[in-house]
This record gives sequence, C-alpha cells and structure tokens, in this order.
Amino acid sequence: MTDLRADMTCHEVVELVSDYLEGALAPDTAARFERHLRTCDGCTRYLDQMRTTIATVGRLREDAVPPEALDRLVAKFEDWRRSSGHA
Amino acid sequence: MTPELILASAGLADRLAEERALVRLLRAGDPRAFESLVAAHHTALTAVALTYVRRRDVAEEVVQETWIGVLRAIERFEGRSSLKTWIFRILVNTAMARGKREARSVPFSSLDHDEDHEPAVEPERFRPPGDLYPGHWQSAPSDWSAQPEDVLRGRETLAVVRHAIDALPDLQRRVITMRDIVGFSADDVCAALTLSPNHQRVLLHRARSRVRAALEVHLDD
Repeated sequence: MTDLRADMTCHEVVELVSDYLEGALAPDTAARFERHLRTCDGCTRYLDQMRTTIATVGRLREDAVPPEALDRLVAKFEDWRRSSGHA
Repeated sequence: MTPELILASAGLADRLAEERALVRLLRAGDPRAFESLVAAHHTALTAVALTYVRRRDVAEEVVQETWIGVLRAIERFEGRSSLKTWIFRILVNTAMARGKREARSVPFSSLDHDEDHEPAVEPERFRPPGDLYPGHWQSAPSDWSAQPEDVLRGRETLAVVRHAIDALPDLQRRVITMRDIVGFSADDVCAALTLSPNHQRVLLHRARSRVRAALEVHLDD
C-alpha cells in the first residue's frame, strides 16, 4: 500500500479519479488527491477530461419514445386490460 | 436502510406515495398510468437492452416483452424495491434469456474481471521508477477546454464515443450506459445488475477511462 504521508503520484491519481468523482475516497485519501491537484496541471487537465468525457457520453441519451413504439405498447396494454378482466 | 439515510433522502416518502398511487392506477387498468411509466423508462430500457442484444429490432422486442411482463406481474409487485428497479430487473432477466437464446453474448465472462485490472492510462505516459519524479506525467494530457465547442459537441466526437462504448466488455458497457447515458444512480445500477458497490465503481472507472482514451486519440490528432 501507499504511504499515507507520501505525496500521490500522477499514476495513482488517474486510477482514483472515478472514486473521487463518486465521492468514494476515504477522507484522508481525498485530501491527498486534492493536494496533488493543486500543484499538478497535468492531473487537473486529466480530471477535466474525465468530466468532459462523462458529459459527452451523456449526450448519447435519447429522450422521446418513438410514436410507433408507443402505439404498439398502448395496443398491448389494451389487450392486457381486456384479458385481465378490466372494463 | 438506516434512519439517517432515510432522513437524508429528502422527498423519498413522497416518491414512495406517488409510486404506490401509480401502481394502484395501473392495477385498475388506467392507460394514463401506463403511458407515464412508458414515457419515464422506455428509452432507458431500450438503451440497456442494447447492451445485451446488439440488434435494435431485437432490443425493441425485448423491451416490449418487458412491458408485457410488467403488466402481467404488477399484481404481485410488493414494493420491496422501487418500481424502477423492479422494471429493470424484469428487463435484465428478459434480455439475458433472449441473449442466451441467440448465443451472441459471452456469458458474464472472466474476461470482464481480467479487464478490471487494465490501467486507466498506458504506463509509458508516466516517468519510470528511478526517474527524478517517478510516476509523474511524462506526456501530460492536453487542455480540452481549448477545443472549439463545435468539435467537442460535433457528430464525429459523438460517433467516437459511441464506438468506444460499443467496443467495451459487456459489463463495462452496461454500467457506463446505465450511469452516464441513462442517468441511473450507483445504487440503481447495483440493484439492476446485482453488483457490489465496489465492483460497480471498478467497472465504471474502466469504462470511462477507455472512452476518455478514445476521445484523446480523436481530439489530440
């Protein structure tokens, strides 16, 4: 394991980035992580790249249900309603 | 769940009451209740189904089968999990059965576990042991905020991301789809895929790291 007193290396930082963003780092590890970031442009940019990556992945989201799919499902719902004894 | 957690999740009681009302309406055969559920979950279900079966038409069949399964079983829904978790469990079971029938997906392979240990960044990017600053950047990441907005948001960049996700091992693809495309919480993903919180984080980390690496190749060209 890493020495808790030692400074974190960039190599360690890139493996902890997700846990940091998830809020899953132990408080002392999070403090060392942030201390490293304050003096390291490379890792600050890496964290920023990771945030941009997450935002970009999020743009693949589709929100609208295709109307044909909705029509088909409503028809299935009516079948179910009749067969299960609903009015 | 501990009382502290219940208190911390403000609005949970409201959500539960809302959900119980929705379930009652659905059992009573109210079409608007069904349509509101479909509006809330259908595209997310389709995105997740596509991580089990690759063909869009097959994924759509899986989702339709899921909705029929939801209606058939709604009478037996006990509220031990959230309605959303319950619906996605039905999807996962339906999709796995379908995936097996089509024998396209390697069953939850050791492959996924092996790849859990893959580094986020190639080791050559860091200074070697014995260097004055071992483990620090040898070739540091570039500043993406200097990238033109229309490149970052452009169709090509999105295609690179899509391609990188499609190339991920099954479990990693499922986790990043649910977390970052669909917008599930870590808890929702753990419940839907029966993963430990730790494994979920490892899978998410590997998946995001690979997508970042693919974006880096694309943007730094």
